[in-house]
Amino acid sequence: MTSFNAALVRADTPQLTRVINGHPITYLDSGATSLPPRAVIEAMSRHYELHHANVHRSVFQTASEATEAYEGARLAIAKFINAPGGAEEIVFTKNCTESFNLLARSWGRVNLKPGDAVLLSEMEHHANIVPWFQLRDMLGFEVRFIPVTDDFRLDLSNIDELMKGVKLLSVTGMSNVLGTINPIKELSAIAHKHGALISVDAAQSIAHSITDVQDLDVDFMCFSAHKMLGPTGIGVFWTRKEILGAMPPFLGGGGMIADVSVEGFTPASGPTRFEAGTPPIVEAAGLGAAVKYLTGLGMANIAQHEHDLTGDALTRLELEFSGRIRVIGPKDMTDRGGVISIDVDGVHAHDVAQMLDQFGVCVRPGHHCAKPLMKRFGLNSTARISYGPYSLVQDTDVLIEALHSAIGMFG
Amino acid sequence: MAGLEDLYKEIIMDHYRSPRNRGELPTPPAVCTEGFNPLCGDQITVYIDVADGVLKDIKITGQGCSISQSSSSLMSAAVKGKSLEQVQETIGTFKGLMTGHEAALEDGNETDKVDIRALGELAALQGVVKFPVRIKCAVLAWNTLSQALSELP
Repeated sequence: MTSFNAALVRADTPQLTRVINGHPITYLDSGATSLPPRAVIEAMSRHYELHHANVHRSVFQTASEATEAYEGARLAIAKFINAPGGAEEIVFTKNCTESFNLLARSWGRVNLKPGDAVLLSEMEHHANIVPWFQLRDMLGFEVRFIPVTDDFRLDLSNIDELMKGVKLLSVTGMSNVLGTINPIKELSAIAHKHGALISVDAAQSIAHSITDVQDLDVDFMCFSAHKMLGPTGIGVFWTRKEILGAMPPFLGGGGMIADVSVEGFTPASGPTRFEAGTPPIVEAAGLGAAVKYLTGLGMANIAQHEHDLTGDALTRLELEFSGRIRVIGPKDMTDRGGVISIDVDGVHAHDVAQMLDQFGVCVRPGHHCAKPLMKRFGLNSTARISYGPYSLVQDTDVLIEALHSAIGMFG
Repeated sequence: MAGLEDLYKEIIMDHYRSPRNRGELPTPPAVCTEGFNPLCGDQITVYIDVADGVLKDIKITGQGCSISQSSSSLMSAAVKGKSLEQVQETIGTFKGLMTGHEAALEDGNETDKVDIRALGELAALQGVVKFPVRIKCAVLAWNTLSQALSELP
């Protein structure tokens, strides 16, 4: 077992030394973006200072170093998610959202037609909804949603009926609002039984649990580097080699071609076919360092740590604010991650977040880009608390104190 | 450092807890316009009844934070019964407070400064300017009212 000490992770994270409004920062917004450790920041600075050149083109020394960093990150990600075909299955995008757009506009465009359906869930982030609506409006297939039960889980009671005509089941591994962890293995079996493929939005789950695409038996996976202690500006799209090889390019330009003439072009083979233009090289170097850092901490350790923090916070919220604060998400820790959405009776989420900011507490107010889910529960917004590997139980102490003060002010 | 007392003034809390002119008006004769704040999900519906160049009645429904709700309540109280000309002027002055005020401070150009006294109770929202991300909350109702006025037959 790898050693894990959240206090050391905290010490590795420069931003956690900040003082906000006279209080040490209490960062509880890792669900929106995570704070990079020094190792990631230094990998990126070092790259700009010593190894910066464009990739895949030039033959000089630093260019091959840059290519090595970029391709090294691809390999690191392949290992991190246990991609069966290795680095050849990893496509770098701008973010998780672009990965979904790639899935829709490339795979979806050639595989979906009128009469087909794409099945999503009511708890999806807009990134896994809007690209499907956009494509539906072009091609005329159907978009359906798995309902969410009153206890914040996917309602699979009618799943066989919902799966009729479905070519792709696309669901989140973990809800960014509820914290619900979905039964992906079970869903893969259902999708495959119906002859459909399954894609997973791993944006929330990737940094908080072990991800093994072979064990999950899924076909596509999308996530962002910045939610896994890496930099913004780079995301990942994964699919099996057989599927990737048959997908047409999405964005066109330099770097994604095998040949171009005045008559037309031939796309490159492999993942670079989907990486038009100069890619996020330095971001890839940062992502590579993030994967190394996370692996060093141990994903199982991180999952356990956040599980403990979340369980403790749920208990204390209930004890301290019963009747005043409603948790929008599962109350027990079974299949539940470190995201807690709260609705404070009589105080709007923006006001909650504003008051918490006075104590240096960072939480996210709003609809969390999941409007169908908010509508399902009759909410306009929630305040969301989300933990990371550097979170400590002291963060929850400050949060609780700040919540008492916020509620006190609004009466 | 901007303190919370700059933001959550007593008048604001009062209008948030007891919003004025809540409700709907029959359309027609009233005109109804919906406004959204896509970033935070706040939603507002403004009903206005205009006759003879006068905003005879205004009603507001919607959901949002204390700033957006109190701003809509304060707005309704400020424009009800006023001539359309006065209403437009109030909208301009308020938006100036929210958008131009900062610029005016930066420029040090006193002549561009909004006349706070002309705003009455609305001046309570002045503190919002110190919290730039909340300005969009305060102006939602006003933008929606502008839209409703432009949709008058």
